[in-house]
This record gives sequence, structure tokens and C-alpha cells, in this order.
Amino acid sequence: MNKSLKTLTAGLLRENPTFVLVLGMCPTLATTTSAINGMSMGLATAFVLICSNIVISLLKNLIPDKVRIPAFIVVIASFVTVVQLVMQAYLPPLYDSLGLFIPLIVVNCIVLGRAEAFAAKNNVWYSALDGLGMGLGFTCSLTVLGALREILGTGHVFAHGEFAGFALFPENYGMLLFVLAPGAFIALAYLMAIVGKLKGEK
Amino acid sequence: MKKLNSTLLNMVLSLTLITIFAASILASVYLLTKDTIEAQMLAKQTEAIGKVLPSVEVRTIVRPETKDGLIIHKAFNADGKLVGTAVETSANGFNGPLRVMVGFDKDGNIVDYIVLEQQETPGLGANVPLWFKTDKNDQSIIGRNVLNDNLTVKKDGGTVDAITAATITSRAFLLAIDKAKLALSEEQPSVNTGASIIENDSFEIQEQEVPMEVFEENVIEN
Repeated sequence: MNKSLKTLTAGLLRENPTFVLVLGMCPTLATTTSAINGMSMGLATAFVLICSNIVISLLKNLIPDKVRIPAFIVVIASFVTVVQLVMQAYLPPLYDSLGLFIPLIVVNCIVLGRAEAFAAKNNVWYSALDGLGMGLGFTCSLTVLGALREILGTGHVFAHGEFAGFALFPENYGMLLFVLAPGAFIALAYLMAIVGKLKGEK
Repeated sequence: MKKLNSTLLNMVLSLTLITIFAASILASVYLLTKDTIEAQMLAKQTEAIGKVLPSVEVRTIVRPETKDGLIIHKAFNADGKLVGTAVETSANGFNGPLRVMVGFDKDGNIVDYIVLEQQETPGLGANVPLWFKTDKNDQSIIGRNVLNDNLTVKKDGGTVDAITAATITSRAFLLAIDKAKLALSEEQPSVNTGASIIENDSFEIQEQEVPMEVFEENVIEN
């Protein structure tokens, strides 16, 4: 397997940011109350992750080590704000569903973590691939977690706004616990165990 | 290129350059998107107002006025008579602010409502955009009169069915609706007698002509 492919697929399962690296737990637990919310948060994060990885790998030699963290944060926060403004102007329906989560991306440790651990040590091509892979991995895990909680909690999946979603069973049989905070921890723990099993124990 | 050393000069220069660069990008993106964002928000607001007002005869909506934390949009027909009022109102929901746009006809009957912002629990309180419109038992508030009916949940002695397992959200929603009636209180008495209607009308026309520009020609067909 060549290095490009290896970098790209690392985020999906082998080094999945949510289930394996266990990074960015705050947005993970808070925004996965439904599949759509999880997916939206994941996609917005993926975009910022790709952009910030590219820029940071380009700038890595211009940034002295001692001030790298503030420099990275400035780059990431700028991208987040640009994304927020552009989305608000040209994609208002998407902004309506994502708007709440976008500022949260600045403090998401996956973005800073990949900048520090990968983009600051690799060239632009691999950094972009790493951003894409990690972003997709994050999106998939949040969507799966959100869908699981939504199905167990309400019996619907992909409900959004006035669209009621695909009903699997009547809402009255849903386990409310899974939509609320404790359900996030329970669902996350089971999914981590499953991913651990799939990866094969060491 | 070799990595820069962490000398004071290098650190200051590098951070300054990065922040100046970031600031200029942010400023230009802000300027580029500012007008579009405002236009989008206005379009969205106009659409929401159009949805909650009685769909007949609305000709003009005057520039909104603000009172007691409410944003009030009054709609007039071609003769300059008040036909409805759209009110943006809010209350504290279960997880955060619950903002609602509610439309009344001239007598204070609820025409429709739109939830503008909510962070209620998915599967429970998040049903609020549809629940109070669904014609089932006593849960719909459409067509009820905000001035005469007791619009609180049944648990509190009112006449409205609360959302299943989301009483706090229901209370917040109905509180917001209840607050919105303050927007109507001044117009209400003058509608009852013939004399004051004329007075009321001339007053409103004057108001439209002098200080308030018509900010939206909102012609609704049918």
C-alpha cells in the first residue's frame, strides 16, 4: 500500500479520530443528538481540517516552534470564520442547520491535533490527504453515533426541521435516555468497543 | 527552506505577519459577504412574515418597531387598514432561547407561527415547530384568540395540550405567544367602535407617510 492511500485511509478506521484517537469528545457528545446534526458537524469540521492542514504545512518553516500553537490557532480560527461568513451568505439553508456548531470547530482538538501531529511534519499533499481522511472519519463516526442515538431514542432517523425522517418504529417506544446526555456516553462506549473489535485487539 | 529558530525577533515577526494576513483575509471576506448576508436575512424575515399573516389583501408592511423585547411588523391592506400583525417573540426554552414569529389577524386570532430558533431536546421539545399546528385533541393554537383564550398548558389550568414529555418547552412556547399579545394591546380597543376606526386609520397612514419608510412591498396573490 503506497503512502498516499495509507494516509487517506488512516482516519477512516485505523486512526479514527473519534473511536480510536478519542479526540474532540466535546462536540462529539454534544452534537450527535441526531444523525443530521452529527453529519453536519462532521462535514464542517472536515472542511476546516483540510484547509488548515494545507496552510499549516505550507507555513511550517515560517513558524518558530515556541509560537506554533498561537499561530495554528489563528490559522484555524480564520478558516472557521471564513467558512461561517461564506456559508451564511451563499448557503443559508445549510447555515441554519450548521450555524450553531461552526464556532465550536475552533476549539475542536482534532483540528489542532492534526496540525500539530501531522501537518507540521509533512508536505502539503500528505497533509491535505490526512485532513480529508480524518475529516471523513470524523464525519462517519458522528453520523453513525447520531443515527444510533436517534433511532434508539426516537425511532426515526435523519429527521430534520419539518421533515420527520424515516420512521423505524413509533416514537412512543423510543428510549429517551439515548437522546439525552447519558445516552451519548453509552452509545459511544459501545461503538468504541465494536471498532476495537473490528481493528483486532493488540 | 530551513525552519526558523525561536528567537524573539523571529517569533514576533512570524506571529505579526500571520495575524495581519489573517485579519486582512477576514476583513475582505466580511466586506464581500456583508450585503449578501443582510439580503438573505431580510428575505428570510420577509418570507416568515408572509407565512404567518392572513393571506388576503396584505399590501404593505411597515418598518418594524420594537417594544418590550418584541419586534412588531404591522401589515396594512390597500386602504391603509391594519389587517394583521406579525410579532417576533422569545422565551427561555429547555436548552436555550426559543424564538418564535407569530402572526395575528386584526382581532388577535392566531393565524400561524414559525419557530425561528430552538435548541430543544430532539424527539421531544424539538417537535415544537409542528406540534402546536397539528389539529389533534387540544394541541393546535391556530385560530385561537390570544386576548380571550387562556393559552397555557392544561397542567397549569389552561386549554392547550402540552407536547408529550416536554412541558417546559410547551410552557416557554406559550409564554412567548402570550408575551406577543402586548403588541396588540394598543390597537385592540380602537377596533370596536366606528369612530375610532377612522381615527386609527388616519393615524396609521400618517405614520406610514412621515417617519416610516415602506420597507417591503409585499403583495400576496389570492
